[in-house]
Amino acid sequence: MLRRAWQELRIIARDPILLALIVAIMAALVVFVVWPLARVLVTAFQAPDGSFSLANFELLGQRRLYRNALRNSLVVGGLVGLVGVAIGYIAAFVLTRTNVPFKRVLHTLVMLPIISPPFAGAISILFLFGFNGLVTRQLLGLTNFSIYGMHGVVLSQVFTFAPIAYLNLRGVLAGLNPTLEDAALNVGASRWQVFWRVIFPLSLPGVASAFLVVLIESMADFGNPLVLGGAAFPMLATQAYLEITGSFNLARGAMLAGVLLLPSITAFAIQRYYLAKRQYVTVTGKPTASTSKIVSPGAKWLLYAVVVAFAVVVIAFYAVILLGALTRVWGFDYTPDLRHFRYVFAVGWETVKDTLVVAVLTTPVSGLLGMLIAFIVVRKRFPGRASLEFMSILNFAVPGTVAGIGYILAFNGPPLILTGTLAILVLNFVFRYVPVGIQSGIAVLRQIDPAIEEAAQNLGANAITTFRRITLPLIAPAFFSGLVFAFVRAMTAISAAIFLVSANWNLMTVQILNEVGSGRLGVAAAYSIVLLAIVLVAFGVINLIVGRGAEDATSVRF
Amino acid sequence: MPADLRLEKLRKEYASPENASSGGPERATVVAVDDVSLEVEKGALVTLLGPSGCGKTTLLRMIAGFEEPTSGRVYFGDRRVDELAPNVRDTAMVFQSYAIFPHLNVYENVAFGLRMHGVGKSELTERVGQVLELVGLTTMAKRAPSQLSGGQQQRVALARCIVMQPKLLLFDEPLSNLDAKLREQMRVEIRDLQQRLGITSVYVTHDQIEAMAMSDVVVVMNAGRVEQVGGPREIYARPVSRFVADFIGDANFLPGVLLDARTVRIAGATLTLADPCQERPGANVAVVARPEAMNLARATDQDERAAGTLSGTVRRTAFLGTIARYMVEVEGLPDLQVDVASPAETGLLAPGTHVSLAPGALHALADA
Ligand SMILES: Nc1ncnc2c1ncn2[C@@H]1O[C@H](COP(=O)(O)OP(=O)(O)O)[C@@H](O)[C@H]1O
Ligand SMILES: [Mg+2]
Repeated sequence: MLRRAWQELRIIARDPILLALIVAIMAALVVFVVWPLARVLVTAFQAPDGSFSLANFELLGQRRLYRNALRNSLVVGGLVGLVGVAIGYIAAFVLTRTNVPFKRVLHTLVMLPIISPPFAGAISILFLFGFNGLVTRQLLGLTNFSIYGMHGVVLSQVFTFAPIAYLNLRGVLAGLNPTLEDAALNVGASRWQVFWRVIFPLSLPGVASAFLVVLIESMADFGNPLVLGGAAFPMLATQAYLEITGSFNLARGAMLAGVLLLPSITAFAIQRYYLAKRQYVTVTGKPTASTSKIVSPGAKWLLYAVVVAFAVVVIAFYAVILLGALTRVWGFDYTPDLRHFRYVFAVGWETVKDTLVVAVLTTPVSGLLGMLIAFIVVRKRFPGRASLEFMSILNFAVPGTVAGIGYILAFNGPPLILTGTLAILVLNFVFRYVPVGIQSGIAVLRQIDPAIEEAAQNLGANAITTFRRITLPLIAPAFFSGLVFAFVRAMTAISAAIFLVSANWNLMTVQILNEVGSGRLGVAAAYSIVLLAIVLVAFGVINLIVGRGAEDATSVRF
Repeated sequence: MPADLRLEKLRKEYASPENASSGGPERATVVAVDDVSLEVEKGALVTLLGPSGCGKTTLLRMIAGFEEPTSGRVYFGDRRVDELAPNVRDTAMVFQSYAIFPHLNVYENVAFGLRMHGVGKSELTERVGQVLELVGLTTMAKRAPSQLSGGQQQRVALARCIVMQPKLLLFDEPLSNLDAKLREQMRVEIRDLQQRLGITSVYVTHDQIEAMAMSDVVVVMNAGRVEQVGGPREIYARPVSRFVADFIGDANFLPGVLLDARTVRIAGATLTLADPCQERPGANVAVVARPEAMNLARATDQDERAAGTLSGTVRRTAFLGTIARYMVEVEGLPDLQVDVASPAETGLLAPGTHVSLAPGALHALADA
């Protein structure tokens, strides 16, 4: 064991730059991923005098508020998981396995919530069903209806997270070999039987996996509960935030974060180490996109109607946000007006700029780091490789709230003081969003003949040159998706960011929440529209810079 | 002058997969390369020949520096290199999968190594131009690899190596992805270039015909060990073991008793060996008889059996175009394979025909 480690180290040491890089990445992961997490746990288990104590957790049993928060988070997570997966499954099935019109448009619409702030839906819901809501007040004239509470949160979270389920299930359903259907029909199974006996069981691991992903997202979500939860419906993530920013009780905040962490990590572990191995995606290399014959025309159009309905809701929600941004005072005075946008560009300009700076710094660093870690993990052998991989994707399982609390606990005092700086935001984002790039990088790299990189080395390139000149261009598609993901997330992040912003460095998402909090829905809507526009423009720019290379690389057959 | 490449008891062990978890002090290992020593003269082409899994690739990759030897040493000239990273070893390798950089065009693929070594612009243009000319790819310089045929991709892989003027050229089954015709053509081209440029080369193949056709020296490997080192004719005519005899070409093994260094008694007949055998007289030997070196004739009843012939009966006949392949039964011996050239002219013998056999070029092996 030791001998092997020593030998691997000797080989790596022949490429000193590589060795230095690995050590640096290791150190960075320990400091910016593990250490903050450790701080949360340590703080949660500490009495005020610093000794070990379970007192914080005993509060969970003693105080109704905390018990309710835990229960509410779990119930909402489960509900959103079920409904979100149902919608996602139907959309994935209809859009991958049936021939229906406007598939591309529907796909784009269903995906839209993913690239907007995770609480855009909540703003729309306030516009439509809030105290002065268009539907509830103006159309129905209700005065005693309240959108705040479980139904509001569930509604807006389904809107926000069903697309994630869709994205997960799309791959699963598209990957099922269509000849299986044919074979089952061929031996005399009815269409109904084929679905429940063949297709559904085969996609079950994917379904379970999508459910857990949505569950994690829902429990970690911060924006929707803050906007729509209301005081009578506490949830874990928001409660942790209130403990820290409201009553400055770090220990209790950390305890709640710890409680939040447990189901997340469990779900993540199940999803990753158990379900991932049971996915029956049959990769054959030949196009498997064939039309399913197991739905009758009636059923097909019924399912199609569900997808169209969801798409209509998406359109309606965004239209409402746009209208809200262009309306003088929603609920009272619907005169078209640009004052909210003027406000954003005058008063809020600094925030827009800060957000852009953070996102523009985060994106390339996170993108490159992701590819580099994928390269090292897949292609290099060195002691500690497994722990490096583990640390680098650990953040998948860590809810943003927990990460945010971890950062203020870890970097509020010596040896490394970062609170209030630009660095703390960028570092937090880089390490939170790098796992997606790493995962797609690893997946793409595993399909690339290692001999190509060996050939480069053989011709005189060292490891870093090989990475830059050969590997990176070849994994451009993964690089691209890593960049896009990092940018979108950096622009739309809220749950960790809200702990880390300061007077000097503020973010649009945080500002949107503030505006909602102070009842200026129009301004919040205008911010949201500006944010969405920036994300869409960035999509185009990144595509232009990296996309061409991506196309070249994917058109080559090995 | 020291040999261009010298391997000293080179050994590679891999942790065996099934025992990887048991983790005792004596963890089982797979020995992929078993203490191989070898010297390669300057300008020679040496093939590593052996069945799949015998350790050829592993050995080649240790020379290139992609695998770390468990023990043993590698010298280029008098410089020890096994501690060096692959990018500073001055070898160039043609990979089995070609490993052409798919995002670079032909010209840039060939120029890559020169750029890595900081070769100046004018020299680079000149050298790449020359090499492209040499392999006949001048007109394709701007093409993407995906627009090339298999043979052309092969040439790019080769050009990319020889442009480096490396100390050592390494090939890992470079022709295994080509169809038979092209394989033969590339075989000649590679050998031609190698000789013209005089680059010392190690060539891995499992195809004995390829090895015979191209090599100055053939190294026959089996289960990680070197079985025999020699020129193509030597290993064919004088294999040191049953394994070599069987792997190189076809062979009949005739059980016999050695009478003296040059004669052997097989199934009642006294036959002459092509080369002397070192075993003591009276020892049991296995005599290698090549199918094409056996003189086959229709037996005539009247004359007595001539000395040095066996008599038998044809059991099966197959017409293979350039040869006829017979299965001949001889009493006291296993069935023999006999190949006769130009059957279209001489005609075929029907099964059941009685024949006399005069085996030539016999080589005796100690019967272990
Ligand atoms: N990375 C590895 N890990 C474990 N065993 C290996 C590895 N590479 C090769 N081997 C084993 O070493 C032996 C020799 O392999 P190889 O050198 O590829 O043979 P050849 O090229 O002659 O077909 C085989 O038994 C193979 O299974
Ligand atoms: Mg091999």
